[in-house]
Amino acid sequence: MDFQHSEDRQMLADTLRRFLAERAPIEARNKAAYGETGYSPDVWRGLAELGVIGALFGEDVGGFGGGGFDIMVVFEEIGRALAVEPFLGTLMAGRALAVSGRTAELEEIIAGTTIVAFAHAEPQDRATGDPLATRATADGDSWVLNGAKAVVVQAEAADRLLVSAQTDAGPSLFLVPADAAGVQLHGYANVDGGRSAEVSLKDVRVEVSARVADDGTAAIAAAEAAGLLALSAEALGAMEIAKSATIDYLQTRKQFGVPIGKFQALQHRIATVLLEIEQARSAVINAADAFGGETADRALSAAKYTIGATGQLVAEEAIQLHGGIGMTWELPLSHYAKRITMIDGQLGDQDEHLQRYIALGRAA
Amino acid sequence: MDLRFTPEEEAFRDEVRAFLADKLPAHLSRKVKHGLAMTKADMEEWHGILHAKGWLASHWPERHGGPGWTVVQRSIFEDESARANAPRIVPFGVNMLGPVLIKYGSDEQCQRILPRILDGTDWWCQGYSEPGAGSDLASLKTSAVRDGDHYVVNGQKTWTTLGQYADWIFCLVRTDPTAKAQEGISFLLIDMKSPGIEVRPIVLLDGDPEVNEVFFTDVRVPVANLVGEENKGWTYAKYLLTYERTNIAGVGSSIAAFDRLKSIAGLLTRGGRPLADDPLFAARLARIEIDLANMATTNMRVIAAAANGGAPGAESSMLKIKGTEIRQAITALTRRAYGPYAQPFIPEALEDGYNGEPVGPEDAGSAAPTYFNYRKLSIFGGSNEVQKNIISKMIVGL
Ligand SMILES: Cc1cc2nc3c(=O)[nH]c(=O)nc-3n(C[C@H](O)[C@H](O)[C@H](O)COP(=O)(O)OP(=O)(O)OC[C@H]3O[C@@H](n4cnc5c(N)ncnc54)[C@H](O)[C@@H]3O)c2cc1C
Repeated sequence: MDFQHSEDRQMLADTLRRFLAERAPIEARNKAAYGETGYSPDVWRGLAELGVIGALFGEDVGGFGGGGFDIMVVFEEIGRALAVEPFLGTLMAGRALAVSGRTAELEEIIAGTTIVAFAHAEPQDRATGDPLATRATADGDSWVLNGAKAVVVQAEAADRLLVSAQTDAGPSLFLVPADAAGVQLHGYANVDGGRSAEVSLKDVRVEVSARVADDGTAAIAAAEAAGLLALSAEALGAMEIAKSATIDYLQTRKQFGVPIGKFQALQHRIATVLLEIEQARSAVINAADAFGGETADRALSAAKYTIGATGQLVAEEAIQLHGGIGMTWELPLSHYAKRITMIDGQLGDQDEHLQRYIALGRAA
Repeated sequence: MDLRFTPEEEAFRDEVRAFLADKLPAHLSRKVKHGLAMTKADMEEWHGILHAKGWLASHWPERHGGPGWTVVQRSIFEDESARANAPRIVPFGVNMLGPVLIKYGSDEQCQRILPRILDGTDWWCQGYSEPGAGSDLASLKTSAVRDGDHYVVNGQKTWTTLGQYADWIFCLVRTDPTAKAQEGISFLLIDMKSPGIEVRPIVLLDGDPEVNEVFFTDVRVPVANLVGEENKGWTYAKYLLTYERTNIAGVGSSIAAFDRLKSIAGLLTRGGRPLADDPLFAARLARIEIDLANMATTNMRVIAAAANGGAPGAESSMLKIKGTEIRQAITALTRRAYGPYAQPFIPEALEDGYNGEPVGPEDAGSAAPTYFNYRKLSIFGGSNEVQKNIISKMIVGL
């Protein structure tokens, strides 16, 4: 038994941490995250040059990692730095392309020359298994897409969108140039930094080759599995920082003549935060370990449920134990609390994953 | 045991309801209901309407322009107003300073200041907290040194809510640096236009500059603006805090927010069914509803005791803790109801007259900012930890 990351992964984590600390410290991060572009193209290019994108994909498709623990290591660092660069979309779209054998497009993604956003969720709710509202119809040598996609993360940064749409043969994925006629983006800031967009598709005509997956269901599942692991690891990284910032504050903030960490009521609170984060770390390790295997989905739901529940605890306690200062824009902690909180709502919240966990258990 | 109001109280409730139905402007209740930003003019408008009816200063005796209500009437008024989505009364002048002046201020101060609170001439803010004095308020350092007919004030206050609008600030200042912490504090009224005052906004995590830092450099304050006796300010401050904590349970506004959440849960669907039919979401809703019903009765029990002359002790701490926990749980679940659509943040859409394209379901945009902003409820007005200290001190006594 060995709970150390491999030397390569440890090195990757160290490099990434140093780079982000140097190039995207919190002031720079906030400026980019809440600014017009919603991320820093410079930081993104730098990270691509470091090979961070390649670490998210297997050697068979041109990367040099791609395992569950590779994803965990990268996204934990992203969480620690609150990085808003378009990693999530890159990972999700890339994994879908990888299972569909689209290595040529993936190569451009790994090189960092093309950014692809993953556009799957829709404004309308639907029951599991129901068809997507976005439709693709074959028309001679092309496909024509109509529909809408919801809260597509960093869509405005993307050169291409990987769009899911219903065909007569089931769901499928289409690689759509972001500037194709009929594609419209309504972009906005996110409350926790970065930008997203509502995407509308009106008679968008793409070539036959734009259809990347025959079996859209499997490709979408591959994307979502990677996304769940990534978000869980990101939350974990952000929670670690929120925790250390709170411990520091308990040691230095004085009231009634003593550091507030002397109050046992607060000691117990931070102790609970610590043990719940350790539980969350184990959940993410379980998910990373199961990733790609037969029990992956249940472990991923377990992780997303755990970080959702733990995240709310950690974010709320971190603010509360800081008192008024914890609510200020100026304190980095408040931005960590916001990110940790909002991750719960992405790709299904704690309640949805708890129910998915139960359903998968029944099916097994 | 009889949980009902008396017929007279029921009649009063009807009167309040009729007044709200008639006089609460739709553009104000709409903003409250949908979590939109309140402007200074909005708050002043509502104060003006209440003042015209004689209902603005519900704590004040009739001779000073209050309605002369009983505790129960006050509670009915507060609940009904909140349930009708009326704006909250800005508490600093009406609910905080007013009662202190009436009890401890001079006649001259009452005559000079109270009418201007009622008619909206003066906007007051509260200058208690300092960077080094939060929960440990008695450690405050802002000093006032007597110089002839004036005090000369130096120091800094912080977290001053809506200080950007204020004409006046009531401050706790240290007048005797040699006395024990609580014994050297005085209660001073300071004109915000005095030379030497600087106000700097503090932006909160939701992007709103709702609080401020206030700096004092050699600010000269006439001695006539000292309330009560020098070095007795702590007594007055404690008296004021008991008023700050009335209606602290916020039952009415929690009920309004909960009703809203329930209707959202009936409208929004997840996985093909209304959220209200999702077993986990329904359980979360039910737990809050039960907590809220329990709270309403606890609140009435405390009010009944107060009406019979009992002094609020641990009860007000209890109501503060439970009331804020319930309110925060409602904002958390409301945010969660919108799923990914809680993430988009379009501040302009929370202002009046926004006509951009809406994103996501109605009111999705205010859910996360409200949730984050309401973290303050368990921090201010005596943090919930400090309230628990008060309770345990009373019952364990060690
Ligand atoms: C939005 C907002 C508006 C405000 N408006 C005003 C205003 O208008 N005027 C004004 O004067 N003030 C205002 N305040 C200040 C408020 O009263 C203080 O924030 C509050 O008293 C807590 O002080 P602090 O922030 O310094 O936290 P601290 O006192 O530093 O507390 C930090 C943490 O330690 C805990 N703690 C402290 N002492 C103990 C103890 N003995 N035992 C256990 N736990 C303890 C606290 O509960 C908290 O969790 C406002 C605050 C906020 C957030």
